[in-house]
Amino acid sequence: MSEFAPGTRVRVRLDWPELRGPVHIRTPHYVRGREGTVLRPLGRFANPEDLAFARPAAVLPLYHVRFEQRALWPEVVAADEVVVEIFGPWLEAA
Amino acid sequence: MNLSGLENERLLAALRGVLAAKNLVSAAEIAERIAITDQASPAQGAAMVARAWTDAGFRARLLACGTRAAEEFGIMMRGAPPLGVLENVPGLHHLVVCTLCSCYPRAVLGYPPFWYKSVAYRARAVRDPRGVLAEWGTTLPEGTRIRVVDSTADYRWMVLPLRPAGTEGWDEAALAALVREGDMVGVTLPRLP
Repeated sequence: MSEFAPGTRVRVRLDWPELRGPVHIRTPHYVRGREGTVLRPLGRFANPEDLAFARPAAVLPLYHVRFEQRALWPEVVAADEVVVEIFGPWLEAA
Repeated sequence: MNLSGLENERLLAALRGVLAAKNLVSAAEIAERIAITDQASPAQGAAMVARAWTDAGFRARLLACGTRAAEEFGIMMRGAPPLGVLENVPGLHHLVVCTLCSCYPRAVLGYPPFWYKSVAYRARAVRDPRGVLAEWGTTLPEGTRIRVVDSTADYRWMVLPLRPAGTEGWDEAALAALVREGDMVGVTLPRLP
């Protein structure tokens, strides 16, 4: 799996595992399919999507990813931003 | 399902019994965790903020690793998620939310306030942070960008607010008394009484 350096433009996978069965997802719906910028890696943590079901969990890189507010919500005009913790497998280079 | 108090007690007793029988968590460990959680309060976070305002070395350590800085402060962080500290600077203000549940830096701030867990706060903080701050009566200086931090995974976040003007020469205890829990979530700013 690729690792992302600070400053890398990334896209959150547009995926809805909720539609395929019981899941525990820590990637909020409002960033799926959206582009942001990696602020910094936060370390590696066991995948909560497996931990929640007591399955063996891979240890995955976690990133702080910054999104422009205007890229997320149609009505926003302010130059504010949202920073979200996202696990590596949810990200692809944009 | 009956979720009356009595039923909750029975469920809790059964769960504790199973955890102990399987050697997963002992009664003593549960008691220790409850004691730590009950002891935590915004006063701990406020004391760390005041120290950071008066001690540049501590400030640097706090920003580099909140967990280690909290331990240095005597706060028990074992078993707690890593603590990240978000530094407000002129032109950049942080606001913390957990849109997915109610993740909160309990080790240093105690139990999350009711509004932090509300659906309204969680939905609006990421979409209309300026509206939320306005309802709190919080006015940011012109040209300040808001960085909303959605606490979605393994970290817990607290805000290191800007030291208010007019507090030059104050000692740590007086400064700590200014800092409220909302200041460390980012909905409010420390202000003089």
